[in-house]
Amino acid sequence: MTENPPEPGVPAVSISNGSVALGGRPVLRGIDLEVGSGDFVALMGANGSGKSTLVRSLVGLRPLVAGEVRLFGTPLDEYDEWCRIGFVPQRATAAAGVPASVWEVVAAGRLTRRRLLRPLSRADRAAITDALEVVGLEHRRRDAVSNLSGGQQQRVLIARALAGEPELFFLDEPTAGVDLPNQQVLADTLRKLKDRGATIVLVAHELGPLAGLVDRAVVMRDGRIVYDGAPLQDHEVHQPWLGEPHSHHHHHPDRPGRGDHVPVVASPIDRPERR
Amino acid sequence: MSPVELFSLPFMQRALIAALLTGLAAPAIGTFLVQRRLALMGDGIGHVAVTGVALGLLTNTSPVWTAVVVAVLGAVLIEIIRERGQTNGDVALALLFYGGLAGGIFLSGVDGQSAASLNRYLFGSLTTISADDVIVTMVLAIAVVGLCVGLAPQLFAVAQDQEFARVAGLQVRFYNVLVAVLAAVSVTVAMRTVGLLLVSALMVVPVATAQQLTRSFRATIVAAMALGTVASVGGLVVATFASYEVDVAPGPTIVLLALACYVIAWPIGIWSRHRARLREPFAEGQLPGHDACDEHPHTHGPTCGHLAVPHDDHVDYVHDGHRHAVHEGHYDEH
Repeated sequence: MTENPPEPGVPAVSISNGSVALGGRPVLRGIDLEVGSGDFVALMGANGSGKSTLVRSLVGLRPLVAGEVRLFGTPLDEYDEWCRIGFVPQRATAAAGVPASVWEVVAAGRLTRRRLLRPLSRADRAAITDALEVVGLEHRRRDAVSNLSGGQQQRVLIARALAGEPELFFLDEPTAGVDLPNQQVLADTLRKLKDRGATIVLVAHELGPLAGLVDRAVVMRDGRIVYDGAPLQDHEVHQPWLGEPHSHHHHHPDRPGRGDHVPVVASPIDRPERR
Repeated sequence: MSPVELFSLPFMQRALIAALLTGLAAPAIGTFLVQRRLALMGDGIGHVAVTGVALGLLTNTSPVWTAVVVAVLGAVLIEIIRERGQTNGDVALALLFYGGLAGGIFLSGVDGQSAASLNRYLFGSLTTISADDVIVTMVLAIAVVGLCVGLAPQLFAVAQDQEFARVAGLQVRFYNVLVAVLAAVSVTVAMRTVGLLLVSALMVVPVATAQQLTRSFRATIVAAMALGTVASVGGLVVATFASYEVDVAPGPTIVLLALACYVIAWPIGIWSRHRARLREPFAEGQLPGHDACDEHPHTHGPTCGHLAVPHDDHVDYVHDGHRHAVHEGHYDEH
């Protein structure tokens, strides 16, 4: 992780005056955020507050209607050093229609550094093995990913991001629906990454065992940033002074927070208007 | 005519080459379709290709090439609809399928002559393949297999998780269209073998069979290609021998043979998954305290026949709803 030393003073990721619209309706408005190199930032807020949308726009999965995202100082449109970015999407499962082994899913993360039509190099294999060891799944490398528990699958997805040896991580709700022992393993993994000097942007509804790692909390509400500062306890995020009614008892992990930003008015072959 | 004489005839050898290559190429791309849960896409492209074949027959151009062109256009259109739509846009896909099939049959009716020739493409006609057809089939099949194997890491990553692939810097749309085009090409490769109406079977059934027994993607695609080849060549041979007695078409024989492999593999897969579930180690930790079991005349051991499941640093023997672990000369309830 040292071949691209971060330029001093340039934030790892920044968004200025960013706005995102879904289905023509503004969701994120006027977002300003800078994450310095080596920071561990937790993006918090209730379901539908826009925290996932923000992370997805930071990695280019959601276009901005206004404003600008920069990765390591380069505007997103011109950015091409994707091997420096590790993304852990919000997914219920790492499995697809055909069985895939844990090793194969993690190896897919190495594609950021592999060239077309070349076999895996020794360095590639070492990075994949290292990623599996960091998340503690080296002994299950040959198992089908669908045979793992939800928490273990989440660890596989983190190992996949790790395999590319990135320096900036985006994790979208890695703890959603994960049992407490697996959350603890996740926290240990993220601590190792933090100790290696990685920059981490984490979306979380509740921090749980991750609380001790966070340097800075950013709380979103209704598509805007309402708090940016020292880490908060889980219950503080929902305090009235942050304008958020206490809501985390109404968390439905199987239907991750479609707010009513975009009313559902669609026919089957319309372009989906997702969060 | 003896079998040796029959298989030394040029038309039989052409049929064998076409069957072999089809059996390799169709499951190779089919694995990626199944991985993306698009198992019926091959079927859809097959229906659209009917229009292409009819167009070729109507205009007296090579039906293979018009089928390739129309099938590729149809596949790209399906991919666009899929990318735009929610829930795989299956209604829109259905519209395209029926349009393709109806268009083909309509055009062949306009031609008046070609209804019989169209049948050869709908249900396959391995034994009427010309030397030119074999060369086209070889080139296309080798291109499909080469791209599927060479770009397997990229295609795997895109099919597994599109969003991750995009953030990893892969040209997701390019690979999506590539899969659609390769699927269209393998449909036209396979249409002379199994026919457009059964083409999807050769793309999907070997994959479904393989994944009953595999745990990794690589094993699945290799096994699917092997099974596809066995079914394809085996079906041709079976159909040839059967045709001494009755009129048997190779296409349906190939598909039935592939399905027979699935019927054999399915119970084995169920049994092996059941076994794997039973042998999964028990969760770590145990209840506090020590709960010795009552009188236990039976001695557990590696050969006692009871299910032995790892638990922490020891083994629990499972029988009659109990988990018995050896402890200082007696058994504990775990």
